[in-house]
Amino acid sequence: MSDALIELKDIYKIYVMGSEEVRANDGITLTINRGEFVAIVGKSGSGKSTLMNIIGALDVPTSGSYLLGGEDVDQMSDDQLADIRNRMIGFIFQQYNLLPRSTLLENVELPLLYAKVPTEERRERAMRSLERVGLADKWKNYPKQLSGGQQQRVSIARALAGDPSLILADEPTGALDSRTSGEVLNFLKELNDEGNTIVMITHDSSIALRARRVVRIHDGKINFDGDVKEYAAIL
Amino acid sequence: MLQSFRLAIKSIWSNKMRSFLTMLGIIIGVAAVIILVSLVNAYMSYMTESFSSMGTNQITVNMMSVASRSVSVDEMYAFYEENTDSFDNMTPMVSVSSTIKSGNDSLTSTSVSGVSEDYLSIKDYDLSYGRNIQYADITGRHNICVVGAYVAEELYGGAEKAYGQKLKINGYAFTIVGIVEQQEDDMDEGGTDDFVWMPYSRAVKMARNANITNYTFTIIDLTDATSSKELIEDFLYEKFKDDDLYTVTAMSEMLDELNSMIAMVSAGLGGIAGISLLVAGVGVMNIMLVSVTERTREIGIRKALGAKRSVIMQQFVIEAAVTSSLGGIIGIILGSFATSAVGTLAGLSATPTPSAVIVSFSVSVGIGLLFGYMPASRAAKLNPIDALRSE
Repeated sequence: MSDALIELKDIYKIYVMGSEEVRANDGITLTINRGEFVAIVGKSGSGKSTLMNIIGALDVPTSGSYLLGGEDVDQMSDDQLADIRNRMIGFIFQQYNLLPRSTLLENVELPLLYAKVPTEERRERAMRSLERVGLADKWKNYPKQLSGGQQQRVSIARALAGDPSLILADEPTGALDSRTSGEVLNFLKELNDEGNTIVMITHDSSIALRARRVVRIHDGKINFDGDVKEYAAIL
Repeated sequence: MLQSFRLAIKSIWSNKMRSFLTMLGIIIGVAAVIILVSLVNAYMSYMTESFSSMGTNQITVNMMSVASRSVSVDEMYAFYEENTDSFDNMTPMVSVSSTIKSGNDSLTSTSVSGVSEDYLSIKDYDLSYGRNIQYADITGRHNICVVGAYVAEELYGGAEKAYGQKLKINGYAFTIVGIVEQQEDDMDEGGTDDFVWMPYSRAVKMARNANITNYTFTIIDLTDATSSKELIEDFLYEKFKDDDLYTVTAMSEMLDELNSMIAMVSAGLGGIAGISLLVAGVGVMNIMLVSVTERTREIGIRKALGAKRSVIMQQFVIEAAVTSSLGGIIGIILGSFATSAVGTLAGLSATPTPSAVIVSFSVSVGIGLLFGYMPASRAAKLNPIDALRSE
């Protein structure tokens, strides 16, 4: 049994801007198995963000098929996408994207709330998730009261709370200094060691080197896909 | 759902000034509806009450005095006897303009009228002392009278003292045979208790007018007011052959007219106040649109984490509804206080009518739902990618 979590086949995403056609994703075929730690690397404008939106079920491709955990995502409606995001994907954003007016606990609870987990269990799981990132004692605090690194740890806790099949990190270190970046990356590696599938989007090759497999996007196409050691060799 | 309410209150609380200004429109609208409708209602019940005390079951007949055509008392009585299944009581009414005197004391504003023995029950009064006018008094044109409590008090110092005394009307001495119970708490000159009744036959003689032109009937069934009135009109038309020569007035019909008029005024004022509620609703919509724009990123985060359209929708609709119903509640409280305050100033016992409270509250909630819907559906349809990208 091939243990594929993500199966992208001939993915095209075409934006029409005036009379011009922009092929943000120009025929991408990619399979990612469970337990992998993949970095998707590319310059800005390469189409990596478009690819991340499609992988993250935030958007649907213009054509091509996308199976996430065996479910056909490419034709889903808005609400079905919301549902599959909720069940299968834990997001870590560059800007953390925490709700400023909610406490850390409420922030971490959010995916569980939309999954309709009962209050008691929700609280318990969110607290466990906060413990995981070492911020359980600050559960009553608001995001503003935390440093950038701590906020990113909260967003990791939020991503973990729903026990997702895939952790999707979009430039997770983009807003952090090098020391806290290192901490976050180590933490992701730790999560991967525990069996979590992680896809990380980055423009920074040195950060991509922390993954196990690297996929490089250029002009909407994959121009490199291989082990991190091979990638290091061509740099 | 509960979560949405908590979120709504949180959001309203974190924008206190803005939320208050949004609510202010609703508060003023609701308070205006309550004040206007309640005051009009209070005035209406005041009017109804004073009309009722005049007797809603009465039909008064007023005839012109023409030499060639007339209806005699006997004919009127014959008509009444034939229709006792419709009419309870009947009395001729003869008013005598006169000053009444007892010794050196006199009263000038007392209403002196000639009536039948039925008049006491038509007015629904009781005697506090003595007896009523009797049939024999009428046939015999006796010089007797029944007086109101004010007359007894002013001229004799009480009902018992007045009984059996002589009262001078137009120079004729009348014996007081009965005193009517006090009707008003504060008796006044020219008021309800300032009257003298004598047998109508005696009054006709005094007025030197052979024909009695005024009658008062009471009807048995209030719902028959119109048909009873027609009965009298038909009878009089038989006699006069000209409906300009008499008027028949049913008190209950006047009351109905008054009521419908006041209801119209009430609806009109309520409508004007309602327009201010509508304007307030537009204010709610405006603020909700601002709120959606401001929280685009929040909506994006929520959607990315799995919030369905309906969840986002619900959050914003509930926020709008909570804002406007909070405004509604404050408006009701404010309106209620203002109603009693203005009522006291105007000398009316005005209390906010439950219907005004219920209607204005549900209208304010409805406005929140209605005008919250558009911004909420805009929020729900936001694309999570675009929403996340916004700052």
